[in-house]
Amino acid sequence: MDFGDSPAEASFRGRLRGWLAGHNPGLPASPTSDEYWAGQAAWHQALYDAGFFGLSWSSEIGGRGLPAVYEVILDEELVRAGAPPRPGIGYLVQGIVRHGDEQVRRRFLPGLVSGRERWCQGFSEPDAGSDLAALRTRATRDGDEYLISGHKIWTSYSDEADWCLVLARTDPDAPRHKGISAFIVSMHQPGVEQRPLPMINGVTREFGQVSFDDARVPAASMVGAPGEGWRLAMTVVSHEREPGELGYVARYAKVVNGLVARVREQPARRSPEDLRDLAWAVVETEMLRLHVCRRLSDRLDGVSHGPEGSVDKLLMTATDQAVGHAALAIGRTSHAVADETDLNVYLYSRAQSVMGGTSQIQRTLVATRILGLPAE
Amino acid sequence: MDVRLSAEQQALRDSAARAAARLGPSTVADLDDQQRAAALDAVIGSAGWRELRAAADAEASAGSPPLASAVEVALVAEELARGLADAPFLGPTLAAELRRRAGVAAGSVAETVLFLDDLSGPATMDATALPGEADGHPVTPAGVAVDARYAPAALALVATAEGALLASVPLGEPARRGDLTRPFGFPAAGAGPALVPGARPLDPDDLGAWTALGLALTCAELVGAMRGAVRLAREYATARRQYGRLIGSFQAVQHLLADAHVATEGARSIALHAAWAADALPPGAALAACAAAKAYCARAARGVCETAIQVHGGIGNTWECLAHVYLRRAIVSADVLGGVGPSLQRVLEHKGIGDLTRGLR
Repeated sequence: MDFGDSPAEASFRGRLRGWLAGHNPGLPASPTSDEYWAGQAAWHQALYDAGFFGLSWSSEIGGRGLPAVYEVILDEELVRAGAPPRPGIGYLVQGIVRHGDEQVRRRFLPGLVSGRERWCQGFSEPDAGSDLAALRTRATRDGDEYLISGHKIWTSYSDEADWCLVLARTDPDAPRHKGISAFIVSMHQPGVEQRPLPMINGVTREFGQVSFDDARVPAASMVGAPGEGWRLAMTVVSHEREPGELGYVARYAKVVNGLVARVREQPARRSPEDLRDLAWAVVETEMLRLHVCRRLSDRLDGVSHGPEGSVDKLLMTATDQAVGHAALAIGRTSHAVADETDLNVYLYSRAQSVMGGTSQIQRTLVATRILGLPAE
Repeated sequence: MDVRLSAEQQALRDSAARAAARLGPSTVADLDDQQRAAALDAVIGSAGWRELRAAADAEASAGSPPLASAVEVALVAEELARGLADAPFLGPTLAAELRRRAGVAAGSVAETVLFLDDLSGPATMDATALPGEADGHPVTPAGVAVDARYAPAALALVATAEGALLASVPLGEPARRGDLTRPFGFPAAGAGPALVPGARPLDPDDLGAWTALGLALTCAELVGAMRGAVRLAREYATARRQYGRLIGSFQAVQHLLADAHVATEGARSIALHAAWAADALPPGAALAACAAAKAYCARAARGVCETAIQVHGGIGNTWECLAHVYLRRAIVSADVLGGVGPSLQRVLEHKGIGDLTRGLR
């Protein structure tokens, strides 16, 4: 049991630290400004080109084939350098690795992992949020292609994306979980229209909705077999719940470090209550970092977590929202007189208990799948 | 980094769990069974778990390494708390750590430590409290000894210009207050403290590292209490029926228990690191890591034990339900060396903003 670095880990940490010293793009802390999104693609590619992205993925898909715990080292060093967090695309990678055939994996994973091609995820619909299996987007076979029609919403990165991983109903007569298939659809075609959906913090570049009107996708771009879409969706959302896959620890720690530094420099007018919120943000962020260490260490045994992802998601949400409260408390004066960054960090944190499955859905999963309580 | 337990650590954890399951109280009435409690005490004694922080080499000088790391000690503490073990462990372990750091041999079996009345730190006297320094009459020191069942004496600190010396304070009959599994001890009237002969003065780093160990162990206890309380509540929710259904099938109850499980898992992760940090990091960083863990675990444990009572409904508010025994034990584990408030203050102090935070306590 050792939280310290092995010699190999220490040497990797040293190389990474050296590289970061000269390559920090100095973007804002988190998805709280359009500036962050504008610079994110270049940051992803720079990390990848230097050999510091996709550390725990196999080399066949452009990863580095390292043990999962190296992701923790990456996150820690990004924080130390004040660099932006790593792009959180692990859930898409895991979904395609697990369900895609050889051809799909070879065609799409290199661009996804390297950041050369941008992606979004077309799962939720206006009438299919928590109840994802209610989705109505249709895919109809037309020769070697499918035609996709439907409406996706709460689609992160839809404005940037080259590709969308779309869930669509291929068999309207099958039971609702069985008739769904997954496709990789080009966003650059006449049948696709994307519109931004401004978030409560004013960011316009992260969130969108996408209309598909007979958009075309080759049948070969189906991920998995016909009807396998629900299983792929479960793979994707379970990884979307894991902070180790998302690298959010680095985002939280960067925000918290910034708040701590400001209090140290401008000690005036801090109430005990505000400082308490800051202290909890420090503690929660540390907890999440260590929880990820524990989860990723378990993977050394080949353990992959199933329903435990819901536990992690709830811990991540508690951390995100504690950091949000600290930003609100410490930024109390600045958003009236200076800028709204702290307020926007806070407002963005409210999304964490909804995205990737609401906290209420996660609690029900924990209760029934882990604690073994009887279904309602 | 590899934070999995080694095979030896798993074996130690399992044997502590077995001892607590076999001989710990399984009902509130069991707490009055002195024969059972003595048998549990004997098993813990013969296993040597209370001496894990004694010097590995009995002839060694001050500060020589302990028999086992804080990780091993924390594993035992967690399992004993999970089984509500009513035999001394925390107190004797903290006393052994003080003696090891001061380079003196083990004291009496079950010797513990004298704390301030609010348990937030060790009782510290000035040298005039020692017999012979003033008018020769023994002065009964203030303070309360934790985990004092069977303890004839407790260690207290005596502040001197060279550092803190150890003094042994004789205790009277222990009293069961608050925690039903671990009685408190109080200095015996008329019997003054005596310096422990040959003890090296402890410096602030010694005391910081000792405090870090104590925080890490109480975090482990809190995790154990949470695990025990969640299991108890889960069993009740899958047995009790209302409206013709198991209450565990109601989403309102499910979400209470899910939150309790999630808080327990977060606490496990940060407490595991605290146990590692107590030995592996320098005293300042160790103290900060352990204080962060303590704040998290203390808050989580109170909430989780309260949930266990709530899920039990009316039964949960009766003396016979074990849920309050977990809560009572958790309250004491939280208070020893400081709970949420003092721990958050330590966290901020380590970040260099301590002078602003007096209001936090």
